[in-house]
Amino acid sequence: MKSTKDIAALLDEPACEHNKKEKSGCAKPKPGASAGGCAFDGAQIALLPIADVAHIVHGPIACAGSSWDNRGTRSSGATLYRIGMTTDLTEQDIIMGRAEKRLFHAIKQAIDSYHPPAVFVYNTCVPALIGDDINAVCKSAQERWGVPVVPIDSAGFYGTKNLGNRIAGDAMVNHVIGTRDPDPLPLTVQRAEIIIHDVNLIGEYNIAGEFWHVLPLLDELGLRVLCTLSGDARFREVQTMHKAEVNMMVCSKAMVNVARKLQQQYGTPWFEGSYYGITDTSQALRDFAKALNDADLTERTEALILREETRIRKELEPWKARLKGKRVLLFTGGVKSWSVISALQDLGMVVVATGTKKSTEEDKARIRELMGEDTVMIDDGSPRALLKIVHDYKADILIAGGRNMYTALKAKVPFLDINQEREFGYEGYQGILELVRQLALTIESPVWEAVRAPAPWKNKKVTNG
Amino acid sequence: MADILKRNKALSVNPLKASQPIGGSLATLGFNRAMPMLHGSQGCTAFAKVFFVRHFREPIPLQSTAMDQGSSVMGADENVREGIKTIAEKSRPALITILTTGLAETQGADVHRNVREFREANPEFADVAVVAVNTPDFTGSVETGFAATLTEIIRALVPDAKEAGTYPGKRKRQVNVLVNYMLTPGDIEALRDVFEQFQLRPVFVPDISDSLDGCLTDEDFSPVTIGGTLISEMATLGDALATVVIGPSLAKAAELLEEKTGVPTYAIDHLYGLKANDALISALVEISGHQVPERIERQRAQLQDAMLDTHFMLGQLRIAIAADADLLNAFVDQVQEMGSEVVAAVTSCNVPLLARIPVASIKIGDLEDMELIGKANKAQLVIGNSHAVDTAERLGTPILRAGFPLYDIIGGYQKTWIGYRGSRQTLFDLANLVINYSHEEIPVYRSVYGQKPASEITDYPQTCH
Repeated sequence: MKSTKDIAALLDEPACEHNKKEKSGCAKPKPGASAGGCAFDGAQIALLPIADVAHIVHGPIACAGSSWDNRGTRSSGATLYRIGMTTDLTEQDIIMGRAEKRLFHAIKQAIDSYHPPAVFVYNTCVPALIGDDINAVCKSAQERWGVPVVPIDSAGFYGTKNLGNRIAGDAMVNHVIGTRDPDPLPLTVQRAEIIIHDVNLIGEYNIAGEFWHVLPLLDELGLRVLCTLSGDARFREVQTMHKAEVNMMVCSKAMVNVARKLQQQYGTPWFEGSYYGITDTSQALRDFAKALNDADLTERTEALILREETRIRKELEPWKARLKGKRVLLFTGGVKSWSVISALQDLGMVVVATGTKKSTEEDKARIRELMGEDTVMIDDGSPRALLKIVHDYKADILIAGGRNMYTALKAKVPFLDINQEREFGYEGYQGILELVRQLALTIESPVWEAVRAPAPWKNKKVTNG
Repeated sequence: MADILKRNKALSVNPLKASQPIGGSLATLGFNRAMPMLHGSQGCTAFAKVFFVRHFREPIPLQSTAMDQGSSVMGADENVREGIKTIAEKSRPALITILTTGLAETQGADVHRNVREFREANPEFADVAVVAVNTPDFTGSVETGFAATLTEIIRALVPDAKEAGTYPGKRKRQVNVLVNYMLTPGDIEALRDVFEQFQLRPVFVPDISDSLDGCLTDEDFSPVTIGGTLISEMATLGDALATVVIGPSLAKAAELLEEKTGVPTYAIDHLYGLKANDALISALVEISGHQVPERIERQRAQLQDAMLDTHFMLGQLRIAIAADADLLNAFVDQVQEMGSEVVAAVTSCNVPLLARIPVASIKIGDLEDMELIGKANKAQLVIGNSHAVDTAERLGTPILRAGFPLYDIIGGYQKTWIGYRGSRQTLFDLANLVINYSHEEIPVYRSVYGQKPASEITDYPQTCH
């Protein structure tokens, strides 16, 4: 089990704005009125997209049984991440102290049956409570079978999903990153006239394959992505992350500890950005060029931005007319808030309120900059509170995570899923086209009228009797 | 009859099993104005919630005692009491169930004492029924968790006949119907119709056809279930003519109900196929004293006709089934009635029923086991949940989706499997899968003396099957 000191160290994240507040990390959840996942959930979400690794959940069935193969992330090849693996601990294992032994053999079984380049072991509540030493088991398994076995000590009761993200990031920094140098650049992809730069993306999960809207652009610019942590990643890519010239933190600060530690240990600079919306996508490309300090790259980046923006704005024209002036309630966490706001404003839509529960002060400042001082910021994400705001501010659509989908639908409110379980990719210039299509699809749907109108006989006066 | 093959590997790969707390939650969700609360870390609840939301496509009331590091180590009695109080204050539900997880049980929680303490300290919530159940996920499955929870709810909410003055037959048309986890909302609706045709009034315990049937209401939001068995109805179970119990897993619950009320029990294993439904109809004739209605006779004849039509496709068909025991038993009966062969039978945990399922052997294991046995025995069709879709793909067979969870299709939760009509539809579905899928055709043979045009003989494609 992690000590309270270990957990406090993880919660203390100097690179996170929340850190400066009185209560670092997140508040203690209230029994009977809590929502959200646990540290194991967060750790698994952060690393499961590494596609060729055997991910073993060490615990009784509930942890893996309800959650395996449950994510929209896509792989371009390896599929091992979609195979659910758990030690499925029994009462006897727990009482007789046989859980460590089962784990040891489970690691062997995974290696024998699937020949993965590495095994990740996720610790959960029950083995943490009975004192299983997963670090020792992983170490001796690795020595015995010559395959890297990485312990991810992520018992649910350690804390929130966010803490789990950090635990996952920490495990990568401590056990994986820096254990291999990148392959030399093949001659076939070298271009005489330009310098190829090595970069990483941290916190990019390739939901629904959306990063494949962006990756061709990075290729075109000569940015070699050593690794995306963790969408469509392979173990051998994670190993090389220390060699990047710059890291981009995508999506949120969930794994900011990785960026900070890579800066401390290897001096790699990092910046924060997003690929949602035209403005932010262009900004992210510019920030790469700026951080790499390459005048030629800057020039080519500007040319690419101009070409892509012109193309996409033309394609968006017919959609803009349909979506202009529509009112949006945006409820999502962290960076995504301001990032999506700018994407929606690009389309001429009005964001009437936004959730800021997970946003930092810095995020909030950016939101104010984008939406004005009087903007409504929502901290209470309960279904009742959300529906009240939809009603009070006459929102045409709720954009939120999948958890809120049925809240919206039951209240007969149009809805767009923005979180990790979604089926559609919105990143990059191309992704915005998918976003407008999905927005129009729900806002303009004829079903709203059909479900809101009372049955025809409800209005008629009964004349007989 | 069946040879039971116990688990013999350390690692569970592609788990079939869902946890006991999931089963307990499902049982609770079939009661009106109810709220299940899992006693564990937040993730236990978050995962269970996502599991249900993806299956039912409905908002799901589910709470957590939110154990953290401190309460996991030092004791979480206060979490349970505070959790009950918070839910009671906020939502005033009719029923709260406290379902333990592996974490709470390993820690040594005594939830029954916690409920007594809550009762003493908070007499103002005397009208809120609170039922504690031990449902750790290191033993049992969704089936046993459902059964245990139903048993405890009956123990707590059905008064003893002597004290309450109830007696069998006081309500001349009421029949109690205990239904196991495998009956869908669509099944229960169909079953209600059958009872009503015999002029009987069924009281389903629990009744997810009234709470999880996917129904749009005028109310836009409810924190607790809207619909399901009324808690007040539980006091009337002792006045019923009879109790019909569907599913061997509910034997204990039924025994307890009969012990408390003296109402005679009619046990039915399941309602898949001709024989099984004949058993129900015979019981209803006996209970009601009515003849079998014309419409039911007609539906029975329609099923017989479908059996003739489909036996060409289903006879000798080699089927692999992965399901919890009650459901496995039902499918085995139905497909054997058609002359199919069950060549792989896999279930999640050992229960008494397994021994009498009429197949050669049953493996207690996971979907990897089904894949291996199915491959060895040349399975031609798979019956399993959505997780088994990939398994079937690797086996090269079609799949009939059944059980929990069904997340990759719409309306799976609502499908009607039972009764003569539901059984007929299952036969059609199975037969269509066989017809539309590849089957072993005679390989093309071309005579060396043949006079077919030369163009046919060169690049002749292999038959697509």
